Amino acid sequence: MSNYIQGATGDWEIVIGLEVHAQVISQSKLFSGAATAFGSEPNTQVSLVDSAMPGMLPVINGECVRQAVRTGLALGATINLYSVFDRKNYFYADLPQGYQISQFKHPIVGEGDVVIDLDNEQSKVVGIERIHLEQDAGKSMHDQHPTMTYVDLNRSGVALMEIVSKPDMRSAEEAGAYLRKLRTIVRYIGSCDGNMEQGSMRADVNVSVRRPGEELGTRCEIKNVNSIRFVQQSIDYEARRQVDILEDGGQIDQETRLFDANSGVTRSMRSKEEAHDYRYFPDPDLLPLQLDQAFVDAQKESLPELPDAKKARFIKDLGITAYNASVLVAEQVSAAYFEDMLADLAKRTGKAEKDVATAASNWITGELFGALNKLGQSITDSPIAAGQAAELLALQLDGTISGRIAKDVFEIMLESGKGAEEIVEEKGLKQVSDTGAIEGFIDQVMTENAAKVEEYRGGKDKLFGFFVGQVMKKTQGKANPKVVNEMLKEKLDA
Amino acid sequence: MTELTALTLAEARDGLVAGDFSARELTQSYVTAMETATELNAYIVDTPEQAFSMADAADARLKDGTAKAMTGIPLAIKDLFCTRDVHSCSASHILNGFQPQYESTVTQNLWDDGAVMLGKVNMDEFAMGSSNETSYYGPVRNPWKASGSEKELVPGGSSGGSSAAVAAEIAVAATGTDTGGSIRQPAAFTGTVGLKPTYGRCSRWGIIAFASSLDQAGPITRTVRDAAIMLESMASFDPKDTTSVDCPVPNYEAALTGDIRGLKVGIPKEYHADGVPEDIEKIWKQGIEWLKDAGAEVVDISLPHTKYALPTYYIVAPAEASSNLARYDGVKYGLRVTGESLDDMYALTRAEGFGDEVKRRILIGTYVLSAGYYDAYYLKAQKVRSLIARDFANAYEKVDVILTPTAPSAAFALGEKSSDPLEMYLNDIFTVPASLAGLPGISVPAGLSQDGLPLGLQLIGRAFDEETVLKVGGVLESAAQFSAKPAKWWGAK
Amino acid sequence: MSVDKNTVAKIAHLARIKVPDASLEPLVGELNNILDFVEQLNEVNTDNVAPMTSVVAATMVLRDDDITAGDCRDEVLANAPAAEHGFFAVPKVIE
Ligand SMILES: [Mg+2]
Ligand SMILES: [Zn+2]
Repeated sequence: MSNYIQGATGDWEIVIGLEVHAQVISQSKLFSGAATAFGSEPNTQVSLVDSAMPGMLPVINGECVRQAVRTGLALGATINLYSVFDRKNYFYADLPQGYQISQFKHPIVGEGDVVIDLDNEQSKVVGIERIHLEQDAGKSMHDQHPTMTYVDLNRSGVALMEIVSKPDMRSAEEAGAYLRKLRTIVRYIGSCDGNMEQGSMRADVNVSVRRPGEELGTRCEIKNVNSIRFVQQSIDYEARRQVDILEDGGQIDQETRLFDANSGVTRSMRSKEEAHDYRYFPDPDLLPLQLDQAFVDAQKESLPELPDAKKARFIKDLGITAYNASVLVAEQVSAAYFEDMLADLAKRTGKAEKDVATAASNWITGELFGALNKLGQSITDSPIAAGQAAELLALQLDGTISGRIAKDVFEIMLESGKGAEEIVEEKGLKQVSDTGAIEGFIDQVMTENAAKVEEYRGGKDKLFGFFVGQVMKKTQGKANPKVVNEMLKEKLDA
Repeated sequence: MTELTALTLAEARDGLVAGDFSARELTQSYVTAMETATELNAYIVDTPEQAFSMADAADARLKDGTAKAMTGIPLAIKDLFCTRDVHSCSASHILNGFQPQYESTVTQNLWDDGAVMLGKVNMDEFAMGSSNETSYYGPVRNPWKASGSEKELVPGGSSGGSSAAVAAEIAVAATGTDTGGSIRQPAAFTGTVGLKPTYGRCSRWGIIAFASSLDQAGPITRTVRDAAIMLESMASFDPKDTTSVDCPVPNYEAALTGDIRGLKVGIPKEYHADGVPEDIEKIWKQGIEWLKDAGAEVVDISLPHTKYALPTYYIVAPAEASSNLARYDGVKYGLRVTGESLDDMYALTRAEGFGDEVKRRILIGTYVLSAGYYDAYYLKAQKVRSLIARDFANAYEKVDVILTPTAPSAAFALGEKSSDPLEMYLNDIFTVPASLAGLPGISVPAGLSQDGLPLGLQLIGRAFDEETVLKVGGVLESAAQFSAKPAKWWGAK
Repeated sequence: MSVDKNTVAKIAHLARIKVPDASLEPLVGELNNILDFVEQLNEVNTDNVAPMTSVVAATMVLRDDDITAGDCRDEVLANAPAAEHGFFAVPKVIE
């Protein structure tokens, strides 16, 4: 495989496992009634529970449980009807209780898997080890004061799902594809917004290297990487670093490392160097979490069509290309846009959806995405609604306007917000297929260019394109090019 | 006329309703009594201003007919109940100056019913102790002294301030908490009634945690009836406490019918422990006779894992405590001792803020949870705990309630056992099993030892069957006719 | 099992309690006494016994996802030994 790192002494295989912390979408925190919204004033979204006031007790948020179950189901994972919340004990300024409530021995979700799509149109299955629910910590700010660290507990207690993969990935590319896929899925089902910049998805990256086929090597954990690009960069750097050490006859120390996005390197986390002993034990303030199968079944019912199923259906039932299908299902909003547009288009053109699906998918992935890209907008805030897009494409498909004109109309739609039919009407852009009118223009052109007609008839075939251009110019591009071609040929050859 | 401070809670209630005296007068008599009793060191903080304003509010309720059983009743509140804007430090230096911005559910329930807060009472630091000698605020003195002796005795612990205050008549009643015996044992040491309800009966919200799976609030009172009245006010289902149980709070006072005919009382053979003084065995036998005389059927039973309760407790409780007390780190409240780094600050703050017993338990708890030891200690203990609970479940197939002594001795002298932690731990030998099983237990004063100190008997009931415990307790109380009071040696000068 | 001076120092550090060297030795004795005592549990056969997870025979009730708390910074910071600009302040941490 080409994924191997070529070392001086031979090939090395990278082994990657990811622990993704995904913030659950909920109004209030996992164990308190404080709000979770991002970006508030420090310590304003903190309850007495979150600030670990003496005598305060956790009470679990049902929505967070529900979303963890849905996420597990969306990843095809086992839901554990019995799970337990444990305390993970350690001291840190932004951990007010002195422990994090997490799940250790009995997580809410067990094994599952994720199919990732790779660049070469291949796919691969990455195993999910488990998903557990846990509390987020607060935030320490070290750069606000010369001798003090400031602590903001707004995030303290926010619900996280820790999604732990098996060490199934073998390259930075695979890790990136895995993260993208995970993000797609949690966004589809609405359990996490997947926003890595705001920290609602963070990855701990476990990297080790080994000789192909040999035992797993010692791994290093790169903590809290907050973008897919950084995850990939950190893997490449870290794998190379480990290979260099091993090839120099050294050995890898199991440790926690930080990725420095500025320099692109990973470095050892000094403050976490000492061996941790988290002293997990079941949180005596809580009871075991017991779910019934009916609850789980209801959550399964609530799931939307997931990206893999949607993609397969698009390819099989609608006959669009695998590439288009992948692009469209990557975000639920794109897929929904496509489906809305398609339904409308089929109605307008009186055709079956599968007969217009390729055109619609091409238009979205080409015209629309191109335009949105230029505008720096996403499909969520697309200025052209799916219905408007269908209106435009229908005009093109039924021959009312040419492809060329359609592009211009699209431009005007973007600028003016007007509908395609209105624009075509207003500007008189309707394609002319009326043979009488076209014949008149052809006659005019032939008269004006009598010499060229002679040359053509004398064998200069290349001039045919010139005549087409002249006729189109006279009709301001509105003539149906097919009709023009046929009639011109007939007249010139006469 | 008897002094107002001599009235039981029920008598005070009835007197208030009858208009024999006002809540303000009743409160005044306690505030005065408290001033003469500072030697006992029962109160850490007096709150007379609050007391009088609450008393006035109570008088208004008494007038307009909205009074409840607890309206106008002056209470002492154990220092580990969080009371809004009032010192709530669990008698620990680490919570130095802490004034919560909230009120515990249990105390709020009492205030909602119109009770009056006299102040916060002393206790073992973080409720860790059986003699009230681990308090940062110094030991509490038991109002009782052995006949012919001037030796100062401990009031039991950890609710030692509560038991001393009730026995010395400087509170009508007091709140306590019981983790391994901290209500029942001090009640036994002071001739008062101490009731630990079923785990989950009273909300733990706002009670500074020691060991979450064991902590339970309850009343210390002068009579069984008083305990019934006060528990009814303290108990509630609280959605803020996941371990609080949603079942209706009965009228406990109504359970005191005195009729225990046909009731089956279990006598566990394992509670005949070695080295327990003859006095204790004697009072226990006496208790059995009293209950027989009242028509109960006495059944010999076995709780085979009793002997393992104490070692189980001394793994489970410190383990939970080590984690519960991690929040005292000098960041959010209480004491801060600054050091060169954050870690220094933690270690120095905690070294200075915690007393020796608390540190010892944190260290034990940390050790038994640490990597490689969890299974051998904590997991093992939780398994044995299941067996202990199973023993009780088996017993309750045959009997309705279990009678045992409360403590293996009468009150001992200050300093007598404080140098040997293990010897101190043995105080809880009879109370810890019910704690581990989460069962309700009451200690009722049953008589005096040879040297004139109170001795208690314990009744342990089925989960959420406080009514039977109270009913049988009432029968014991009537039979015992316990009327002795400590000689008032304090405040004489 | 028993602890030695090193172990006590280690757990004291885990528990973030500063223990002066001179106090380690007496603690070794005290802790070992307690450990010896609790080791009686090894006599008990606990094969096939489930550990107790809670004495309350109830299942955990799930709370509704409503905002019912927070927005009380003054209360949160009221007892803080050091607070600045709405933050808790602690000695600087170097990561
Ligand atoms: Mg992790
Ligand atoms: Zn985590």
